[in-house]
Amino acid sequence: MDRIRARFQLYRPGFTLDVDLDLPGRGLTALFGHSGSGKTTVLRCMAGLERAPGGRLMVRGQTWQNSTQWLPTHQRPIGYVFQEASLFAHLSVMGNLRYGLKRNREAPRIRLEQAITLLGIEPLLERKPDRLSGGERQRVSMARALAVSPSLLLMDEPLAALDLARKQEILPYLERLRDELDLPIIYVSHAADEVARLADHLVVLEQGGVIASGPLADTLSRLDLPIHLGEDAGTVLQATVSELDPQWHLMRVDFDGGHLWTRDHGLPLGQRVRVRVLARDVSLAEHPGTSSIQNLLRGQIEALAADDHPGLTLVRVRVGTATLLARLTQRAVATLQVKPGREFWVQVKSVALLP
Amino acid sequence: MLTDSDLQALGLTLRLASIVTLILLVIGTPIAWWLARTHSRWKGPVGAVVALPLVLPPSVLGFYLLLAMGPNGPVGQLTQSMGMGLLPFTFWGLVVASVFYSMPFMVQPLQTAFESVGDRPLEVAATLRASPIDAFFSVAVPMSLPGFLTASILTFTHTVGEFGVVLMIGGNLPGVTRVASVQIYDHVEALEYLQAHRLSAVLLLFSFIVLLVLYAWRPTPRRSV
Repeated sequence: MDRIRARFQLYRPGFTLDVDLDLPGRGLTALFGHSGSGKTTVLRCMAGLERAPGGRLMVRGQTWQNSTQWLPTHQRPIGYVFQEASLFAHLSVMGNLRYGLKRNREAPRIRLEQAITLLGIEPLLERKPDRLSGGERQRVSMARALAVSPSLLLMDEPLAALDLARKQEILPYLERLRDELDLPIIYVSHAADEVARLADHLVVLEQGGVIASGPLADTLSRLDLPIHLGEDAGTVLQATVSELDPQWHLMRVDFDGGHLWTRDHGLPLGQRVRVRVLARDVSLAEHPGTSSIQNLLRGQIEALAADDHPGLTLVRVRVGTATLLARLTQRAVATLQVKPGREFWVQVKSVALLP
Repeated sequence: MLTDSDLQALGLTLRLASIVTLILLVIGTPIAWWLARTHSRWKGPVGAVVALPLVLPPSVLGFYLLLAMGPNGPVGQLTQSMGMGLLPFTFWGLVVASVFYSMPFMVQPLQTAFESVGDRPLEVAATLRASPIDAFFSVAVPMSLPGFLTASILTFTHTVGEFGVVLMIGGNLPGVTRVASVQIYDHVEALEYLQAHRLSAVLLLFSFIVLLVLYAWRPTPRRSV
């Protein structure tokens, strides 16, 4: 009852969409894929902006679409954030926020003030959209989508049109949305770093089909998928800040299976963090020696798979209950005799903190 | 300066142009909306029919309208059966004819304005709970206001300048169908060049001021950002 079930089939010249999804009814689900994978089309079908005949969509026990009924977009309790902010230029920021608010007939679960505070747009309310920066516009469009108290928030690459600095400006707001509202979010993206930072559940799409769907950490460590992630192959660990080393400006994060040292990010002890470890930053050694790489873990090889370059191999290593991916050359695999079941020292050169 | 009959003709002209503009705002807007949004195979034919008065000699259009509205024409039989009598040589006959004649001047600028609004703002409106009709009035119309201004002014001024169709349908009845352009023609026929000059100057000035306002104060089109 608490899940989102979606089945859409769409046949267009040169493009076929065929997806059958069973998604959690809470948290942030990322639809990840390259352009042309159909991720945006799935989102538009969910919103009713695209009509997939014969499709089915049930959201937390409510039928939005099946063989006999189809709710038009304006009757679906959704919020939708487009890639471009698409604010109404003839209305002020407040006018944009009120547009959906005054048309919404559902019980308001999110107050307008809450949406404004959550996205930090108090100082902008009287302005016209053409007096806002790109990042400000996108924050207003998110607040506008929240102001209708949606039961499902759909976001179509909301950061893709922004430069890196604007992205960094908005990401914390997205995390607050995810953590502070009891609101399932479907988030379309082709950026692996955004997905690793934000997603709880990950769906990977390719050429109109679903090739993986599952909890983030599980899906990221699947060896049949990293090929599609290319250079971004890696895993995400849930960790806790547990020690600060002021002398060397380092901090230690603990996870199920060991600990890692990283640059001091100024976080308090006990803070829960997501840590992203890219496969290219992980190497294996038979003996723990002196090395510039200070993070040394004991792990067991689970599986090997071909990488997208013939000289490379991806290796899945279990460290405690966590999983890491290592990208090795074929020659290293042969020299070290890396095979499932064997134990190695796992060296982690660097980790990215996703606060 | 202007004689009473000149003023009467001017008054009649302004009344005709105002009524025609209002009628065309009501019926031209849905046609323009449909033309801007449809993918139907009828889009081409309908667009061509709407644009026909642009290229058709007014006398040809007037001739067919006269036949249609005459005692044996379909429109004439309809108006007679409804007890309204016949439309030719009446003010309302002129209104009906002018609506056809000025249709493209209303529909085409509106169609362009609606097309430039695009799909996105309407999709956004739908995700914010606006029904299609609601979205039309709350998003498409405000975003197309410059287009409405242009279309209304072009329709109005074009109706003011109408001559051929008026002569075919309405003739030259003082106070009923004698509009300014016909009045000027009468003055010239009667060799009253001074009167013709004065009335022509009024129309020239009027047209120039209207266009000046249109081009100088034209608001920049609003887009969603």
